[in-house]
Amino acid sequence: MTLLTLFIIIPLAGTFLITLLGRRSKNLSDYFANCAVLILFCLSLFCLKSANIHGILTYNMSGWAPPIGIPLVLDGLSAFMLVTVNLVSFLAMIYAISYMRRYTEKWKFHALFLSMLTGMNGVILSGDLFNLYVFLEVASISGYALVAFGTQAEDLEAAFKYAVMGTLASIFILLGIALIYSYTSSLNMADIALSLSAKPRGLLINFTCVLFLAGFGLKAAIVPFHAWLADAHSSAPSPVSAILSGVFIKTLGVYCLARVFFNVLGLSGQLFYVLIILGVLSMVVGAFLAIAQNDIKRMFAYSSISQVGYIIFAFGIGTPLAILGALLHLFNHAIFKSLLFLNAGAIEYSTQTRSLSKLGGLRSRLPVTAGTSLLGSMSISGIPPLGGFWSKLIIILAAAQAGYFLFALVAVLVSIITLAYYLKFQNLAFSGTIKETLAQVKEVPLTMKLAMIILAGISTVAGLVLLPGLRPFLQSAADVLMR
Amino acid sequence: MSLYLLCFILFSVGLYCIVRKRNIIKIIIGLGIIEYSINLFFILLGYRTRGRAPILSKDQEILNMVNPLPQAMVLTTIVIGLAVMVVVVSLAIRIYEKYGTFDITKIRRLRG
Repeated sequence: MTLLTLFIIIPLAGTFLITLLGRRSKNLSDYFANCAVLILFCLSLFCLKSANIHGILTYNMSGWAPPIGIPLVLDGLSAFMLVTVNLVSFLAMIYAISYMRRYTEKWKFHALFLSMLTGMNGVILSGDLFNLYVFLEVASISGYALVAFGTQAEDLEAAFKYAVMGTLASIFILLGIALIYSYTSSLNMADIALSLSAKPRGLLINFTCVLFLAGFGLKAAIVPFHAWLADAHSSAPSPVSAILSGVFIKTLGVYCLARVFFNVLGLSGQLFYVLIILGVLSMVVGAFLAIAQNDIKRMFAYSSISQVGYIIFAFGIGTPLAILGALLHLFNHAIFKSLLFLNAGAIEYSTQTRSLSKLGGLRSRLPVTAGTSLLGSMSISGIPPLGGFWSKLIIILAAAQAGYFLFALVAVLVSIITLAYYLKFQNLAFSGTIKETLAQVKEVPLTMKLAMIILAGISTVAGLVLLPGLRPFLQSAADVLMR
Repeated sequence: MSLYLLCFILFSVGLYCIVRKRNIIKIIIGLGIIEYSINLFFILLGYRTRGRAPILSKDQEILNMVNPLPQAMVLTTIVIGLAVMVVVVSLAIRIYEKYGTFDITKIRRLRG
């Protein structure tokens, strides 16, 4: 299907045009970038529909048939990820119209943002391991530059740390791909899976699994590899943090991990157990690190580590119910974590600070931000009937069903800790009497409000995707992994 | 076999450089070294002793040829490596402007 190439062509063309014309006019890059992401979002919805009807759709680049050529593959999982990524990017882009006025050279932001989107869409659609690596690097390099966008001392420090860790991760992934290629003489994912199933499962495959786990684990910030995330995500401009925390770590880390382990290499028993242990570690460590934070965005960043832990844990359980829960939590987390980062950006936009000890009583001054962030916080802590409750419920039920009672209990306890630190955030930022320094604070501009309200709405009703009518959205994605 | 071993030693040198060195520039050099070792490994995968370039021509048949696909991939990774290097070096320049040092232990304003 030729349509699939548009997911790569449109943002890439946008990057080129904005770099060429961006400096000429002040608002041109805004229009270009917003049009591009709007078109991409509509296309992704269309792809979701056609993936539901046809199952798997492929496009062979320059007409070479696989396994020689490079295919773009659209199946249930890719369609699900495309919708998530492009929805969040679209809303973050709307938000950025007003927010990015704080920075000079706005067009550079738009160009980098679109090239990051190119990389993410490419990673999702690619059916070829080496092509996946190339798009992964396209997204990562734009990510490093976007983290450093403010060029303050802290931003540069965080970006450098992120760049070194990210490059190391890419090198592990590349080494894994090289070993797989030497073993199977193929780079096409379906072809590799086919030829691996005919061969005995040797030490080489286990070693490759470790390399991929380290590489994608670094990109997803699972616990032993999490050191860069809090710095990078709290230093970036808020729309970028929303993308990085909301969809970037999931596309480059969790999605690739799931795709490579479930569909290409095939999981063995021990590897499931490793995923469970890493997931539970991430949940616990992320939650405890988040409680102590005073900076809002750092708190949210550590909370991301904790929530990604839930997703990895659910993938490790590996039953169909758990996979469904993992994907629902992935979608939910993309929505409410980007909402919370946009809220943090709105607070910073109007008060010029992110430190919780300097805030207080903002509810009267910032009603929209307060309301939407309350919904986001409650959803992420798993208060029924908001979206986050359903995904956590499914994951915990699946864990209990598979016999991991201890870990299910840990997941419940971490959920309570999550509630604790989000209540701390709500309390310190929005409740109480307003401080004198904040008395003149004004509510943020319309476009920022709009993005936050839409995200809050989606996070409230996200549980509805479990209803029979909307269920194929998740079910067809889960079926791809259980094949 | 010894070539693969040398390749592994190069990888280890690069990893040591990234993990242990305090100077930002040395860390960047370490990234470069580790990347070259992977490129070398890729090339070795496709290498045949006394192999020839697989160029199709009518009058001769090549029996022992080098696999060209890893070479094409290495070209791509070299370009990607260049892009990473550009970003990292420009970050290092800006860090030096802000902090006045390349010492990673003194560049510590982010905490927690």
